[in-house]
Amino acid sequence: MTTIASRIDGAPHVTFRKVQKTYDGENLIVRDLNLDIRRGEFLTLLGPSGSGKTTCLMMLAGFETPTSGEIRLGDRVINTVPPHKRNIGMVFQNYALFPHMTVSENLRFPLAIRKLPAADIDRKVARALDMVQLGSFGDRYPQQMSGGQQQRVALARALVFDPELVLMDEPLGALDKQLREHMQIELKHIHEKLGITIVFVTHDQSEALTMSDRIAVFNQGIIQQLDDPTALYEKPANNFVANFIGENNALPGYVESVHGETCQVKLDNGARVQASLGNPVKRGDRTMLSVRPECVQLNVQSLGCANRLGGYVREVIYLGDHLRVRVELAGRKEIIVKAPAAQHKHRFDMGDAIHVGINPEQLRALDPAIGAPGAAA
Amino acid sequence: MSQLTATLPQGMAAEAAVPLKTQLRRAERMKKLKYGALIAPLVVFLLFTFVWPITALLKRSVDNPEIVAAFPATSGLLRAWDGRSLPSDAVFASFADEMGKTRGTPVFASAAKRLNMELPGFRTLMMKTARAMPPADGQTAREAFVAADERWGDIATWQYLGRNASPTTARYLLASVDRKYDDFGKVVRADDDEAIYVDVLKRTFGMSAVVTIFCLLLGFPLAYLMATQPARIANVLMIFVLLPFWTSILVRVAAWLVLLQSEGLVNQALRAVGLIEKPLQLVFNSTGVYIAMVHILLPFMILPMYSVMKGISPAYVRAAVSLGCPPFQSFWKVYFPQALPGVGAGGLLVFILCMGYYITPALLGSPKEQMASYFVAFYTNQTINWGMAAALSAILFAATLVLYMVYSRLVGRQELAAKAR
Repeated sequence: MTTIASRIDGAPHVTFRKVQKTYDGENLIVRDLNLDIRRGEFLTLLGPSGSGKTTCLMMLAGFETPTSGEIRLGDRVINTVPPHKRNIGMVFQNYALFPHMTVSENLRFPLAIRKLPAADIDRKVARALDMVQLGSFGDRYPQQMSGGQQQRVALARALVFDPELVLMDEPLGALDKQLREHMQIELKHIHEKLGITIVFVTHDQSEALTMSDRIAVFNQGIIQQLDDPTALYEKPANNFVANFIGENNALPGYVESVHGETCQVKLDNGARVQASLGNPVKRGDRTMLSVRPECVQLNVQSLGCANRLGGYVREVIYLGDHLRVRVELAGRKEIIVKAPAAQHKHRFDMGDAIHVGINPEQLRALDPAIGAPGAAA
Repeated sequence: MSQLTATLPQGMAAEAAVPLKTQLRRAERMKKLKYGALIAPLVVFLLFTFVWPITALLKRSVDNPEIVAAFPATSGLLRAWDGRSLPSDAVFASFADEMGKTRGTPVFASAAKRLNMELPGFRTLMMKTARAMPPADGQTAREAFVAADERWGDIATWQYLGRNASPTTARYLLASVDRKYDDFGKVVRADDDEAIYVDVLKRTFGMSAVVTIFCLLLGFPLAYLMATQPARIANVLMIFVLLPFWTSILVRVAAWLVLLQSEGLVNQALRAVGLIEKPLQLVFNSTGVYIAMVHILLPFMILPMYSVMKGISPAYVRAAVSLGCPPFQSFWKVYFPQALPGVGAGGLLVFILCMGYYITPALLGSPKEQMASYFVAFYTNQTINWGMAAALSAILFAATLVLYMVYSRLVGRQELAAKAR
């Protein structure tokens, strides 16, 4: 984290200020977007389809114009700058490599437009191809290459003209799982080597967690949370983020008292638990407690936990490294628990009574109204 | 169980003895036969309605059967003749013999008619000579011929005969490019009053090119619009493009006649608005022909372009723009080359259809707008000169083939490169 922080200087590279976008004049695709993208960072816009993340990217690229608000690149407002004058590289979902040009012609294209001397063009094309390890593929046509290779060419083309910023619109979506994971690492390394600002759009949370310095989670045209991957996972700001990133158990209840960073919550089934504050809540508020399945302790492991509840095992699924246990708490509320397989082998079975323990710092009290569907309107 | 394991390897060994390729062929044979049976009716239909008539017609462009049919022996002798001096007595004798035999038969009549086409007056000469055959006693065949008409003593008369003594001739093909054989069998320019076909062919190609260019200019934007609009709007546009197909071409040409004539709707409207004083001449000249032909052929341009353009993702132009290329240049450098196969196919289709156009110029044009097909029709319907009709058709056919080959060379290479995996 420190290396990234040191590379990112103070002034934001890209700024969205009060940006709104609507296509039909009725529904806002992007509502009141405020976002600072730091110079040199790998920022991911993550969200379900229709959440406005791609629209944001397209507004930054210049293919969509904001209905209101302002977008700055450096200290320049770029709302009215046409896309071809923005000097922003872009990798498209299906690569959009020109099929009637060879790989090196594809790479020469942006350089020839900029009227660079031929020698410079040759050098830059060769360097870009080497960077993506396709040095000998210059004479091929895109269709003669595999998906992964096309992906690399698209990346090289977006980088070859030294753009100010690179945008990627779900570029890995068309690759199979193994190749995708490989490309994620490669992309991350290229980013680290070049130190360029990358804005990446995806709906795949593991992709976002793997590569990003920061992730902006979008839903219904609003950034729900903008944070680094660790914070996003461990300290989700609201219900939506908690549910969208990773797995989540939600326990509804009422706040009985608040003590600094912790509060006491009476669950709907009557049990009382200590939880840490995720959103500001006050006494008497309805709350939704959020806990990750792997943070729930069972039986012996639960002994040291501040919150201990009783329940019954409803299902045990063996998944090699861990057990996936469905536990019914009193009050018919079910939670999912991921328990390390090594600790629990054959200790319990369906129908067994079981102790469940959750530490207050891993049990976050969230305001159910924030980030819930329709709440933002 | 033990039996099974024992027999299995044997069976596999027997299988392996047959080469894999043979196995594959065997496995595919039934499938191929089935597909073959399915298209067999079409193949038969095409053979009878397309391949055979075209071949037969093309053969007519070099066919020259009349003289050989009437005078087979003489023809054989004349083919060996050097053409520099009068033929030998054997030729005279054989011709006298065959003339006597065929005199008054239809074979003789058609041979005489054929020769009359070479040299007006030949028919009379033949009739007159035939009446004098066979030679009287004590008279040689040569004497009998010259006595019947002194033109038989002239070498040129025999040269006309000699040139047609072969069952095939390039005469019609040469005539349709304004060339002919001179008296010594050399190819020379035709006389000015006969040399009209090069101009006709030039006009055919020129008018086809103009119509194709107009169709391209008018059709390209519409095809692009249709390819980029949402399906709902594209479908409505498509209906308008296809609408003319619901009416017969003759009706459409007649409708243009009504619209464009000097007292027609267009002229009346223009006069009512006050744009013109006296009616414009819009039909019976090239304007009318161009208007109607462009109108009729436009769908043939739009449809191939549309089908190609529909397959071009808008992401390409976006990508070009994102790489710094201004929008119009992006379109020209990235979109247009990909649309080229469609433009080529549409252009080729329109051009080829144009070259064969007959009705539209015949009804809407003046004699100056008549294209090659008009003369094909003229020779088939009016003068029954199958040779000339077939020769002109053959030239159009050859031009079509050449165009198609150029197209497949230019576009096919790109397509192949694009499709290669």
